[in-house]
Amino acid sequence: MSDLRKVNIDGQEIEVPADYTVMQACEQAGAEIPRFCYHERLSIAGNCRMCLVEWVGAPKPQASCALQVKDLRPNRDGSPANIRTDSEIVKKAREGVMEFLLINHPLDCPICDQGGECDLQDQAMGYGRDGSRFEENKRAVDDKFMGPLVKTVMTRCIQCTRCVRFITEVAGVEEIGLASRGEDAEITTYLEKSLTSEMSGNVIDLCPVGALTSKPYAFNARPWELEPTETIDVMDAVGSNIRVDSRGGRVLRILPIINDDINEEWISDKTRFVWDGLGRQRLDKPYIRKNGQLVQASWGEALDLAASKLKADPETIAAIAGDLADSEAMKALKDLMDALGVKNMDCRQDGSGLGMGPRQEYLMNTTIAGIEQADALLIVGADVRHEAPLVNTRIRKSWIYSGLEIGMIGEAYDLTYDYDHVGTTPEDLQAFLKSTKGFARKLKSAKNPMILIGTGALARKDGAQILRLCGEIAKKYKMVRKDWNGFNVLQTAASRVAGLDMGFLPAKDGLDLAGILKACKKGTVKTVYSLGADEIDEAGFGDAFVIYQGSHGDRGAHRADIVLPAAAYTEKDALWVNTEGRVQMGRMAVSPKGEAKIDWAIIRALSSKCDRTLPYNNLEELRTKLFADHPTFAGLNVAPGADGASAFDPAKLGKAGKVNKAPLRSQISDFYFTNPVARASAVMAECSAVGDSDMINEAAE
Amino acid sequence: MSTRRLAKEQPKDFKLSKPALKEIEVWAKKYPKDRRRSALIPAMWIAQKDAGGWLPEPALRALGDLLGMAYIRVYEVATFYTMFNLEPVGEHHIQLCGTTPCWLRGAGELKKVCEKKIGPKGSVSADGKLSWIEVECLGACANAPMVQISNAAGDDYYEDLTEENFGTLLDDLSAGRKVQPGPQNERHTSEPEGGADTLNAKGLYNKVKAKKLPNAVAKKAASKKAASKKASKKSVAKKVTAKKTVAKKPGTKKSAAKKPTAKKTATKKKVKS
Repeated sequence: MSDLRKVNIDGQEIEVPADYTVMQACEQAGAEIPRFCYHERLSIAGNCRMCLVEWVGAPKPQASCALQVKDLRPNRDGSPANIRTDSEIVKKAREGVMEFLLINHPLDCPICDQGGECDLQDQAMGYGRDGSRFEENKRAVDDKFMGPLVKTVMTRCIQCTRCVRFITEVAGVEEIGLASRGEDAEITTYLEKSLTSEMSGNVIDLCPVGALTSKPYAFNARPWELEPTETIDVMDAVGSNIRVDSRGGRVLRILPIINDDINEEWISDKTRFVWDGLGRQRLDKPYIRKNGQLVQASWGEALDLAASKLKADPETIAAIAGDLADSEAMKALKDLMDALGVKNMDCRQDGSGLGMGPRQEYLMNTTIAGIEQADALLIVGADVRHEAPLVNTRIRKSWIYSGLEIGMIGEAYDLTYDYDHVGTTPEDLQAFLKSTKGFARKLKSAKNPMILIGTGALARKDGAQILRLCGEIAKKYKMVRKDWNGFNVLQTAASRVAGLDMGFLPAKDGLDLAGILKACKKGTVKTVYSLGADEIDEAGFGDAFVIYQGSHGDRGAHRADIVLPAAAYTEKDALWVNTEGRVQMGRMAVSPKGEAKIDWAIIRALSSKCDRTLPYNNLEELRTKLFADHPTFAGLNVAPGADGASAFDPAKLGKAGKVNKAPLRSQISDFYFTNPVARASAVMAECSAVGDSDMINEAAE
Repeated sequence: MSTRRLAKEQPKDFKLSKPALKEIEVWAKKYPKDRRRSALIPAMWIAQKDAGGWLPEPALRALGDLLGMAYIRVYEVATFYTMFNLEPVGEHHIQLCGTTPCWLRGAGELKKVCEKKIGPKGSVSADGKLSWIEVECLGACANAPMVQISNAAGDDYYEDLTEENFGTLLDDLSAGRKVQPGPQNERHTSEPEGGADTLNAKGLYNKVKAKKLPNAVAKKAASKKAASKKASKKSVAKKVTAKKTVAKKPGTKKSAAKKPTAKKTATKKKVKS
């Protein structure tokens, strides 16, 4: 960096970029600055005054979060400005601020859910006085209703306004505000309406005190009783990094982990609050259908019956992998099916035709962080806000801070940012290819243009043609070059990219999903192995014998003839590949419920019953085989991005041909009900109900 | 100041009148198209006048829609500024200054008058004619104690109040009689009580020829215009606020003309002493 400034912090001279704040400079020098309102991913408010430092020579202590290094005048002798973070003035200032903050803060830590992980608690211990000199009454504030996720205890609020800034800037819905002023200032939503953002849960993490806490987690546990496990989220294909907190075999809450390449510091509400679904509707014993009723059975019986069905003619057998299947389970199932000679396999439960071309065809090649480099974006048939909330916040971030131009072909969704609505149907896509006006011009003049295609646009009869059209657009606007790949498909299922990577697809002459379902109805496919395929209509399987392996008693289990209880995503060590093609490792937080087993182990046991024993005895061996067969899985935590972009020709994807007139739209009809875990969750059901009718708490106000 | 929140009882809907919408548009147009929200405070003031002196909740939403901003942002502003009334007020809304200078000059007695004639602080009289609140300093301390009365005609100061003349003032207002804004004790603006007692010796200005200032001609013309306006306004006797601003102008002109003379007399005095 060219513009560097010297500054002297606690006697140590350092050089930092001129646009650093004094707080950042202090941190670089190793000095810790307490703060409440400042947050590095939000705008600077400077209203808590906890970060005061001494600027030697200045008459008063300065708020270090709101003072830039370039505004520091050098000393009279020309030496760099002196900042002190350890002087008597600073100590007194912090004690003063803390005393004022605590004047109106209740001493209810013993009944506060934030206790043990509270910024105010910690900083009061570190920087506060031992007692208060305030003898008058404290103020009390009525609690506000903010919906089914955020619980409020407003007397505890210290008006840092982090929640207001988050909801406005990151979530993109202006719903929280600071009403009144001075002593009467209160955080509230307009007329206490429910928050409508799918990112609202993040205000709970941001709140430095116990004013905003998690409603579903209320009074469940203390932070020090919980066992944290760092793992990967599977609610969408983003692969957010999460921390699963559990106690005694139960998942009690889910928090985000910072990963600037993926989810930054946020997670969606579905990711955060789905955990109650992990304890409901669980399959904890094997079942066999007898006389139309599912009856409990032993593992031996269930596996024997399944094996006998799988020993039949491989032409009459099919396997479908669902949206939450982990890589190891899919690998084991694919290996078993290959060994049995089964060709009818598909992991594309949504019915898309992806996976036939190069790897770039089905990945988000620009990467999520790459959106910040883009300057023009064309969205095709994707409700990004609900298909991948964290991709949406990235787009919004880029729209706000680097002026990303956005165009949309497809149904007009409220995406929290403005876009040019170019059209809605595939024909508009054709017209756009020829257009030179409006958004086409913006796309043409862009340095780093990108296209983002929703799976809704591809999982239709004319999906291959739409893919070709999008590819041609990508080619025309030079979206793919050596160091930039602007061709993106936004996957929505956590398992999809892994399935496509390992070729969990129909072998030569094999049937794909539509073919399998048709053959089921015709009766030519007699047995279907469903690895958690819950999004397929129950009637779709016709009279086929369905072996269902999964964690929740959802659509798939209702239709099943054999139920093999398996582990949910928090209950197994597994590899997940996100929409960018980034392989990430999930870890087991709790053990599977009841008699349920880990997915790949069930298939391994079944394989020995089928006399086709798979060549691995433990996870290590399975992964070794997986890495050997499909080297992309070996590169942990790396997204390919523009690797191999020079050899990638988007205009050759899909097929040329006619498109139909149906508008391009997302496949997600209800954000809170997209998978069996979410459908089992009472909290998600409540959120979904709020979305339907804007619930207003009548009792308050 | 107590916590300011929206009134419990709200009208079902509220529509801004056409003139109000037109006036709001004038303000909104002063800002770039994507910054229409900058006109919120004047717009809110117009809406408050339009709605009879207070802001019902539907009016906040109407403003939000009109200026393209989130309702919560409108709500924040409405609850922040005490000049916006969130509960219904009387036809004449009295804002009684209770800050130190007024209090020393008897604001306490005025409060009692209000309590007797209207009701407790913040209430509206039974006939809906009057309502009162206590406010902080309104900047007319020279004429303490004083109140500001807002009604359909405008927002005017009534100064130099006593228990008696304030009582009559309230009676007149509720009876619908015409009242005169400004000092209620015959005093002219904030001159000393009983008239000016300095610089009024006879013939003081006889010998003085005021130096012509470069802008003197223009000023004269302006004051003539103002004077003629004043005359016409008086005959109509309507807009009190307009009259007030007019009344000020000649005053400022006078003092400007006086200034050099005042200085001269001062130096003369010095020489004499």
